[in-house]
Parts: sequence; C-alpha cells; structure tokens
Amino acid sequence: MPQMNMIEAIRDALDVKMSQDSDVLVFGEDVGYFGGVFRATAGLQDTHGLHRCFDTPISEGGIVGIAIGMAANGLRPVAEIQFADYIYPAYDQIASEAARLRYRSNGDFTAPITIRTPVGGGIYGGTTHSQSPEALFTHIAGLKTVIPSNPYDAKGMLISAIEDNDPILFLEPKRLYNGPFYGDPHAPAKTWRGHELGEVPSGHYTVPIGEARKISDGADVTILAYGTMVWVAQKVAEDMGVEADILDLRSLLPLDIAAIEASVNKTGRCVILHEATRTSGFGAELAAQVQERCFYALEAPIQRVTGWDTPYPHAQEWAYFPGPKRVGNALRDVMEA
Amino acid sequence: MTKKSGSNSSRLYVPEPPFRPGDTPDYSYISVPAAHSPSRPDPLCDADETRAHATSLIRVLRFNGETQGDWVPDISAEVLRGALRDIALTRAMDERMFTMQRQGKMSFYMKSTGEEAVSIGHALALNDTDMIFPTYRQQGILINRGASMKEMMCQCLSNSGDPLDGKSIPVLYSFKKHGFFSISGNLGTQLIQGVGWAMASAYKNSDEIASVFTGEGATAEGDFHYALNFASTYRAPCIINVVNNQWAISSFQGIAAGEGETFAARGTGYGLATLRVDGNDVLAVYAATKWAAERARRGGGATLIEHFTYRKSGHSTSDDPTKYRPESEPEVWPFGDPLERLKNHLILIGEWDETRHAALLEACKSEVRDAYKAAEAMGNLSGETKVNDYTMFEQVYERPLPHLDEQKRMFAKERE
Ligand SMILES: Cc1ncc(C[n+]2csc(CCOP(=O)(O)OP(=O)(O)O)c2C)c(N)n1
Ligand SMILES: [Mg+2]
Repeated sequence: MPQMNMIEAIRDALDVKMSQDSDVLVFGEDVGYFGGVFRATAGLQDTHGLHRCFDTPISEGGIVGIAIGMAANGLRPVAEIQFADYIYPAYDQIASEAARLRYRSNGDFTAPITIRTPVGGGIYGGTTHSQSPEALFTHIAGLKTVIPSNPYDAKGMLISAIEDNDPILFLEPKRLYNGPFYGDPHAPAKTWRGHELGEVPSGHYTVPIGEARKISDGADVTILAYGTMVWVAQKVAEDMGVEADILDLRSLLPLDIAAIEASVNKTGRCVILHEATRTSGFGAELAAQVQERCFYALEAPIQRVTGWDTPYPHAQEWAYFPGPKRVGNALRDVMEA
Repeated sequence: MTKKSGSNSSRLYVPEPPFRPGDTPDYSYISVPAAHSPSRPDPLCDADETRAHATSLIRVLRFNGETQGDWVPDISAEVLRGALRDIALTRAMDERMFTMQRQGKMSFYMKSTGEEAVSIGHALALNDTDMIFPTYRQQGILINRGASMKEMMCQCLSNSGDPLDGKSIPVLYSFKKHGFFSISGNLGTQLIQGVGWAMASAYKNSDEIASVFTGEGATAEGDFHYALNFASTYRAPCIINVVNNQWAISSFQGIAAGEGETFAARGTGYGLATLRVDGNDVLAVYAATKWAAERARRGGGATLIEHFTYRKSGHSTSDDPTKYRPESEPEVWPFGDPLERLKNHLILIGEWDETRHAALLEACKSEVRDAYKAAEAMGNLSGETKVNDYTMFEQVYERPLPHLDEQKRMFAKERE
C-alpha cells in the first residue's frame, strides 16, 4: 500500500475528488502555482488546470465568501485558509452565512463547502501560527468541525467532507504533517513511514464523519484527545504503563458520544486533552457531556489537560504546549483519586 | 506563456504573472517614465487634482544619478549620506540575520532587501514622534530612528535581552519609544487602527500624524478598505502606504489588484489624495512623504501612497522564491537598486566616491557584526532559551487573574 505523510494524503484526497468531479475547485492564498505554503496542493494546478486550483487575493472573508456563492451555485469548493490564526476575517462568512444558509432558506439554498486550515503549535509559530480555535467553531450551529490526526484519516475524512452536503471546517494539525509527534521536541523527529496509519490506499475511500477512532484499548482510564494530542496521549500512557482507552475523536461536531459513553462507563475515569486554551475550550463541552451521561460510573473527577489561558507564546512554546509532563500529572491525579 | 492543461475548458478567468521559473523575464513592457512627472500640486489641493498621480509614477532620481522634475526635494548631502548609511545598514543587518537564522539561531527572519528606500525615505520625511503602523518589512524605519540594533536582534533571537520576552516571533517588533507600533502577524488589521490613532491625534489637536503600511497583497483584506473609508470620512491626519513589491509570497501583484490597476488608484474612489512613487528612488519617496505629511498636518486629510518597488529576496526564511518566479527576475527588474541609485547620485554631485562607499559598507558590516555578537551573548532560541518561561503568564491582563495564577501554579508543579 502507498506510504504517505499527511500532506500527501490530503493532496491525494483533493486529486481523487478533482479527478472524479469537475465541480470540485481548490483555492486559497498561494495554493495555485506554488502549491500552498505547506505544499498540500502542489501539482494540482498542473494536473487539473489553472481554473480549478488557483491563488486568491489575501482576503479570508473573500475566500470563504466566494466558496459559499460557488457552492450555492452547484460547485464543491475546497478553500484553504493558510493558517487557522488567519481565519477570523472569515468568521462572519462562516458563522453567519455558511452555517446558516440552509436554515434561513429552509433548505432552499445550501453551502456544501470544505474549509481546510492548519492548526496547532510545535513549529515556533508564536501567537499567529499556532492557534487551535476549534471551540469557536463547534459553538456554531450548522457547521461541522473535524480534525484528523494521521494520513489515513486525513484522506478518508477529506473525501467525506467534500462529499458532505453541509459546510465543514477541516482542521489539520500542522505538527503532524510529516510524522506523529509524541510531545518531546528534542526527540528525533518521526515520519509517517512505517506507521500503520501512514499506509494510505490509493483511489477513493472514505472515513465517516462522526466516528471516533480507538487508538488503544484499556480498562484503567479513558483519554479523549484529538489532533496532535492523540500521539502525546499514546506515548504518555505507554511510558506510565497505564491501560488507557484512548479515543481519537477525529470529528468534534458531530461527536461520537456513543463511543465516549461506552468507554467511560467501562473505565470510570476520564482525562480530556487539547492544545487550545482551557477556558471555554472544547474540553469543557466534553466534560459536561461525560458528566451528564456517566456520572454514576465516574470514580474520579474528570481532568482537562490544555494549553494555558494565554496567547500562544513564541519562545516559551514548549512551556505552553500541554506536553508529556502535564498529561502525566493529570493521568496520575485521575488514577490516584 | 504556456497555458496549463484544461485552462481553456472554462470561462473562469484566473490571472497569471507574466513569468514563472524557466521563463526569461523581460520587463521592457513596463514603461519607466523618463520625464519625471507628474507635477507637484499644492499639498492642500483638492484630492481630485491627484487623480493622475495615482496612475503615473513620481520619480526624482534618474539612473545616471541626475535629479529632475517637480519633486526634487530640498535636502542636504549630509542627510542623503545618512540615508545611504541607513539603507546599507538595514541591508547588512538583514543579511546577517538571514544567515544566522539558517544556522538555527532564530526561528524565522524576513528581509527587506530591495525595498529599503521606502522605509528610509519615508522615515526621513516624518518627525520621529509620528506614529508608524509598520508591516514586517519596515525595519529600515527603526534603523533610521536610531533604535538599538542589538535590541532588535535580541527580539529576533528571543533571548534575555528581548524587550518582548520572547512572546512574538522574530521581526514583529514593538518600539513605542521610536514611534513604532507593535506589529501584528495578522495582515491588514493595523491599517484601520492607524487611522484611529490619527483621529485621536486630531481630536487632541496634536500635530502628530500616523503613517500606516501594508504590502500590496494585503490590500485585499477588508481592513484596507475600512481604512480608506474612515480616513476619508474623518479626514484623518495619516498616510496610508501600500508597498507594492510585486509579490505576496508566491502570488504576483495582479492577484491582489486585478491586472491593469494601480494600488494608488484604490484611493480615488474614496476621495483620498493619491500618489504613486518609484519606491527604489529614495528622493522620490522622501518628496512624496513630505507632501503627504504636510497635507495631513495642515488639515488636508489622508493620502494613499503606492510605493512601487521589488522584493528582491524570498518572502521569508520559510520560502524559496525560485519555486515560483524566475531566478533572474530581481536582476532584470527595471527600476534598479535603491542603494546603487542613491550612491550614483551622491557621486555625481561630488558628495561621495567609491572609496568612501567601500568604507561605508565595511563599517556597516562591522557594526552589524558587533551588535550581533553583543546580542547573541544574551542567548538564542536554539540553545537553552534564556527567556524565563513564566513570562508567558505576564501581560495577558494588567493584573494577574485568579485562573491564570492557578495555571501558573500548575505549571510550577510541571517543572518540579
Ligand atoms: C490575515 C492574514 N492572512 C494571511 C497571512 C499569511 N501571510 C503572511 S505575509 C503574506 C503575504 C503578504 O504579502 P504583501 O501584503 O504583498 O506583503 P509583502 O510580504 O510583500 O511585504 C501572507 C499571505 C497573514 N499573515 N495574515
Ligand atoms: Mg508584496
């Protein structure tokens, strides 16, 4: 089976859909000739034509705005926002328009758009190349938000997203583009080569949106994670010898609550991880839902491990990042409670 | 140009730059105006009288070093030698920092090579108390205003001498003491803030003006249009500068503007005064800025200036420009190099010579070398960063809040 890193998997998904469906267009800042600052669209203009993979003006509101108009007029646009940190000029188009078009027209018009954007830290990107703004989007009714953590899921979920008739925000943990990241920036970088999730079938396949992936099976504790934190969780649990049920949520909205419920009812303990700031983060939603459904099964308070409630600092990146130490402390607390 | 496969199967128009890697760039179709037009109107003229200026090009320096036309400024050779030094010093610092980034001393760097005259000419024509809202390519303004190069370098190195305590990525300086607003990494956002600053200045009956910058690429952001609108409505005492260096990372200027348009002409519809200037001509930049500053200070309102120049280097240390434009393009760009052009002028008028020039370049190099040595002695990002990690909790709010204090304690536990 072909080996791909996450960038190649995303590019392949775009290529598959563009080959299959002439309604699929790909655009964004620097995505055309150059192929994107992370190379996710490299070669697509050459293969599919200038008018199907092109550069846009630096205007995120404009990018999402044209995507909505094109989608309403029958196309399947895939828009790239260069960094999630730059998505805010498009917030109005996403929150007030894409997410609500179906509702306010009672199904008369729809906006089946996919917005791809890199999230998360780990590249010394500082305040404006590191953010994880997922909670600002899961709070919006009418929008779906997904975040794959590996090449296999990235390709399958991107194809699902493009085929989905609702607007979807497709978040790409940039620290995972080239390989899984286990939380230690000083350890030699790993690539996806040799990782089973780096094996990516060629051609068309889908990974359903709304289903979590079980990373490991264990009876001691449930770890709910997504994006970069999935691999940090796996490493910490292994190092500590904890039998953890690790769920890679993959899809934040819709959420695979059945899988979460089953797991917490089994383990009675739950730790939630995300890189985003803590207060009103997606972890708060997860903790609330677990508490509502699994209260009587819980043997310890639910713990959240997150980034601090500060902007993402540059030089202090690894002091900010919820790395193995922070995750380990929380795991220990939950196990000892 | 060879069209990409399938280009003709759709009516959707997508602009392309004239040259890509593999092409031989030929810019002979760009007319470099020989007559150093257009005329210089009174700075308090109707905005309408600057309509033509939005589509022509103000130039002062001819390539042979002569000056010509209505815009020749009254400026001493002494000051011009200072400008030459500032350009050379900015360039030398950019060179050094780029190399040091490649050696892993800092996470990132952005050069302003080829467009230094925009910053230097502009800063020369303003008062040091006028507030600049810069982009990441106006380091020349700091150099001109006498900012400590060592301090700038410490910011880039995120070390213990970094006045920003490592919070910002390299080059996103903040120097209030030099009238240099904190640079945001989000493009365009600061244009309208600069207009607000200028409105506050007018409200306070102050003579200070604001000068805001954007690259041509970021004029596509809505914020640019907010800025033009508000500046016009309230006659804000400010200058809105578009540095058209032809490229926005890999996108040529036609992506932002539409082909055949100038960026200065964006101001016409908003009723702003508009000037378009040869940005590689430090005298022209100086003259245009003087005009706009006088207009702003005397109540005439805002001016939009397009500085027509060329980004000679890559966008940043993160990209390789030969992937999207011909390697020789910087050499064949028809407007020359700002340092060379000023040097030629000073030599022509007998105020400079090759020996002094060589000495200047050497002096700049060693000044940069010394500053860098002193800066790196205070640490760098690749070693154990010398910024105290706890500073990340500071300046989120004026005073610490309970939840942040708690997180600070959690962090301390993590460090045990
Ligand atoms: C809102 C926002 N969108 C995208 C980016 C990413 N980005 C950084 S610089 C740049 C190109 C800017 O080009 P231009 O405005 O021409 O300025 P130049 O770099 O040429 O000086 C882009 C797209 C950003 N920083 N902010
Ligand atoms: Mg530019």
